[in-house]
Amino acid sequence: MAKVTFIEHDGLEQVVDIPTGWTLMQGAVQSGVAGIEGECGGSCACATCHCYVDEALVDSLPPPSETEEEMLGCTASERRSNSRLSCQIRVSDALDGIVVRLPETQS
Amino acid sequence: MGGPAQAEPTDAGMVIVGAGQGGLQVAESLRAEGYDGPVTLIGEEASAPYHRPPLSKAILAGTMEEAQLAIRGAEVFERQRIALLTGTRVAAIDRSARHVRLEDGRRLDYRGLALATGARVRRLPITGDGLDGVLGLRSLDDARRIRAALDRAARVVVIGGGYIGLEVAAAARKRGLEVTILEAADRLLARSATPFLAGFYADLHRGQGVMVELGAKVIGLDGQGGRVTAVRTADGRSHPADLVVVGVGIVPDTALAEGCGLACDGGVLVDDCARTDDPSIVAVGDCTARRTGMGTLLRLESVQNAVEQGKSAAAALLGRERPFTAAPWFWSDQYDVKLQIVGLSADRDRMVLRGAPEDRRFSAFYFREGALVAIDSVNRPADHMVGRKLLDRKAALTPDQAADETFPLASLTR
Repeated sequence: MAKVTFIEHDGLEQVVDIPTGWTLMQGAVQSGVAGIEGECGGSCACATCHCYVDEALVDSLPPPSETEEEMLGCTASERRSNSRLSCQIRVSDALDGIVVRLPETQS
Repeated sequence: MGGPAQAEPTDAGMVIVGAGQGGLQVAESLRAEGYDGPVTLIGEEASAPYHRPPLSKAILAGTMEEAQLAIRGAEVFERQRIALLTGTRVAAIDRSARHVRLEDGRRLDYRGLALATGARVRRLPITGDGLDGVLGLRSLDDARRIRAALDRAARVVVIGGGYIGLEVAAAARKRGLEVTILEAADRLLARSATPFLAGFYADLHRGQGVMVELGAKVIGLDGQGGRVTAVRTADGRSHPADLVVVGVGIVPDTALAEGCGLACDGGVLVDDCARTDDPSIVAVGDCTARRTGMGTLLRLESVQNAVEQGKSAAAALLGRERPFTAAPWFWSDQYDVKLQIVGLSADRDRMVLRGAPEDRRFSAFYFREGALVAIDSVNRPADHMVGRKLLDRKAALTPDQAADETFPLASLTR
């Protein structure tokens, strides 16, 4: 379980408890975090769950797969060095307290 | 778009029949559009709305918990004031009285009604279809039954070489089971993909040890003690099985629509804005057939269709126009191969390849009279994402450019 803080583009914050093994996307979408769509349900097929991960923690995550890497090149909002697809990040205790910022638009 | 849509003083509210992806989208988009009145979402299944695509993938593979399937948590329905009635069947729609009658006799008045009734698995018109161990896949309950059967099965026969059949075959094969696909047509994916892509998938499955039998017309199912034991084909062969998964397509659930006299033709007929012939009723998702501008009917079975028609339908219920005209897209995950499709390739007159099929990383670009109509991307997600923009913007990509890996596709989308 990890407490994850999602910050919408307009600054709205939502803290969500996400079980270990779930993805950031699943936790956010089930809690109704508006800035993440996750249209494909987590299949890494739509790039509508783009997020900016806490700079301090981004390097500790497993790196993006080739598919995620390619999809990150096609996000609707600007790709940054800490851009990830939230459907590809599995929650562990190590992510407790992580802050995830959401882009202006997903599609 | 108008201003916020306030509930009228006597607003009977919006009723949505069907609590899948499309129905949920209608409910949430009504709120997003500013509608303030009562919203009731009615579903037959016991579960709250859930993601259906993983049922044939991660759920069968056992890599995803059921709790992860739910699209929204209960508190999100409360926060949005969406009344969710699960395990509830609608018996009939009375259009003149503007109410729906539930099976338990209750009546719900509506100001606007959305039909998101989905589809049912097509059954086989052969003997033995009712035997234990013969299962279709549409709902979470279906997936639970198939997953439990996979835990005990040794030999699986999949009837139908469409996407559901292929995904089930991949999941069963990954579990080390003996798998046979019986497809009546002379190729896989006959209703939905090109012969080229079908050939790629036949090779892929055969390479994984699946027996792919084409032109295999199933004529009967044998059983013992009420359980299936084998599938018989017209060539006289018998294919032993302790689990048979039937994936021969779905039938749009139009019973309620037909029962109240709405026009249906292999789906509830809707326009680009998800409107039916009744100005108070919209329809979305798998249950619909869309009248296109060209006078043809378009039936799509996809998440995108449910979501986009859901957004259009919510707007339409509030008197606004939000047509869904974007190029259709789909995906399928089998083994380590991700297929993403955009556009409709049925009318193609030319295909060119970008990348190499033998590397399992390529895109097939389809053209008609020189214009791009569809792209199948295998493990090339960037081609797919750029392709959606190319199609939606009707960008002038030439076949030569598509085939030239040094040509930057994205340069045509700026």
